[in-house]
Amino acid sequence: MSGNDTNAIEVRDAVKRYGDFTALKQISLSIRDNEFFTLLGPSGCGKTTLLRMIAGFEDVTEGEIFLYGDEIENLPPNKRPVNTVFQNYALFPHLTILDNVAFGLEMRGSSKSEARARAGEMLELVQLSQFAARKPSQLSGGQQQRVALARALAPRPKVLLLDEPLSALDLKLRKAMQLELKHLQRETGITFIFVTHDQEEALTMSDRIAVMSAGELQQLGAPTDIYERPRNMFVADFIGETNLLEVSVDKIESGRAVCHLGGGHELTCDAVDGIGVGSKVHMSIRPERLYMSNEPEKDGSLHGRVKENIFIGTDISTIVELDDAPDFVVRTSNSDRGNKRIFEPGTDMFVNMEKGAARLLID
Amino acid sequence: MATSKSAKFDIKTYGGFKAITMLCLLVLYAPLVVVTIYSFNASVSLTNWEGISLRWYVDVFTGPESEKFKIAALNSFVIAIIAATVSTMIATLAATAMIRGGKFKLRTVSFGLISLPLMVPEIVTAVATLIFFNSIGFDRGLMTIILAHTAFCIPFAYLPISARMQGVEDTYEQAALDLYATKRQAFTKILVPLMMPGIISGFILAFIVSLDDFIITNFVKGAGVETLPTAIFGSVKQGMKPNIMAISTMLLGVSVLMVTISYFVSKSDNTK
Repeated sequence: MSGNDTNAIEVRDAVKRYGDFTALKQISLSIRDNEFFTLLGPSGCGKTTLLRMIAGFEDVTEGEIFLYGDEIENLPPNKRPVNTVFQNYALFPHLTILDNVAFGLEMRGSSKSEARARAGEMLELVQLSQFAARKPSQLSGGQQQRVALARALAPRPKVLLLDEPLSALDLKLRKAMQLELKHLQRETGITFIFVTHDQEEALTMSDRIAVMSAGELQQLGAPTDIYERPRNMFVADFIGETNLLEVSVDKIESGRAVCHLGGGHELTCDAVDGIGVGSKVHMSIRPERLYMSNEPEKDGSLHGRVKENIFIGTDISTIVELDDAPDFVVRTSNSDRGNKRIFEPGTDMFVNMEKGAARLLID
Repeated sequence: MATSKSAKFDIKTYGGFKAITMLCLLVLYAPLVVVTIYSFNASVSLTNWEGISLRWYVDVFTGPESEKFKIAALNSFVIAIIAATVSTMIATLAATAMIRGGKFKLRTVSFGLISLPLMVPEIVTAVATLIFFNSIGFDRGLMTIILAHTAFCIPFAYLPISARMQGVEDTYEQAALDLYATKRQAFTKILVPLMMPGIISGFILAFIVSLDDFIITNFVKGAGVETLPTAIFGSVKQGMKPNIMAISTMLLGVSVLMVTISYFVSKSDNTK
């Protein structure tokens, strides 16, 4: 059996068990060539386990892993043409920056001078040439991070694995590194597999995201797919902020589902495969796709009162107490304040949603 | 505020703190100081001070007992170097197996077994070792001392080495493997250099323990084979002379030197 050659990594029915505990329950996914792919999920969801299985640090209990068509799950880490950027960087403290970056090349059989020349180029790429002779401890966290990147990229791996590499950096540096990583991926043309629990980071950087929870793949898709068309409760809740409503589906007509929630409110949205008439399901509506008005604007307008306005820099988040439904959060961009209304707490108003904002979720 | 409050509970302000500290230091070091000072005494007497002189140091190297002491010192150093080297290697491998070997059956038992000899009364080890050599028909001599020392030095060497290894995260070796190093290369190029401070401390500790050992050595040594401690003991039995103090002072000097090296090695932490 051979894998599909066009995929950088193909995981087939991979299972990982530690004794009685199943860390990964039959995961199958394909990662394309030259893709920035992210494994996203809360801690303990199995994302790091999967990454370490691809790197070769964890045995695969069941299933197969292919790297550009070659079966690799039984190879030791040093025989797999993939390199890892570790969460704590794991730079060799007793070696200089240059020797750290040259290490992989030397171990692969390059001559010392060849390895150092290439290491020098890599340090130039991450703009750390002037630190070549220093030890890792003499560098800042952000610089160490870039050295770890240069070290992992120097042997020209077919796939680069990144295990939450930005989690130790402060917010500003993290944002800068997110962009740098993305550019580096484009420049080198190497497939990146990035592990993170930070959904914002995943949305910013990735070509595609695999959302994982409890050892299972919840959804796989482009950032916009995952954000705008979450498949289930977990994904909708985990990615970004959302309003979740319990609704029952009354009827389905030409791809549109008519749902009602308590108090006789009726809402219409796109039908979803697997959700039939009569089912009680959840509906997700992103706060930024809601707006407020004095008078009901359409059928779907919900009556309520403003509870609180929270200023969060670029946006204002308004908590609305609805009749016969749980509280809603409405987000209004500061730049939209001319068009969209902000109401004082206590004001009676109506909440309206943009077309296509509501999304039915499988539980 | 914070400083005055913490100063109030500072242990230095407890009653009798200074007195007890001074007493402890006195008990610990007064004998050593006395021996060191009197080793420079010009007198034949152990206790009467007659002025500064190096005569007893000269006596150690040229006096009637000098041959005996030179051979004993040579034996001691040869034994200590071999025993410390071999036991350090064994302890390094043991630490690697136990700390990097993941979870295995009897792991806790193994930890206990390797450090238990530290708690066993030395006389028991000495008798047991002697009986062991006798029962397998091993002739007592320099070799039996080396073997016995190597064995009892292992737990001493193991302590600093395993402590050090616990401080070295295993991601370093994983990173090495990830970067195409073989397991052997990951061990020699990454783990061993990172463990070096522990290995050197282990070696020094084993060296000092071997150099100082009297009880076990006295049991397993063959007739006519002496180490410095047994030679000193033999000499003291025939009457105490100030030359013993000179030897003791020199031995003390070696220990101080070793401890100093160990201190500076452990301070130069290469993982930071």
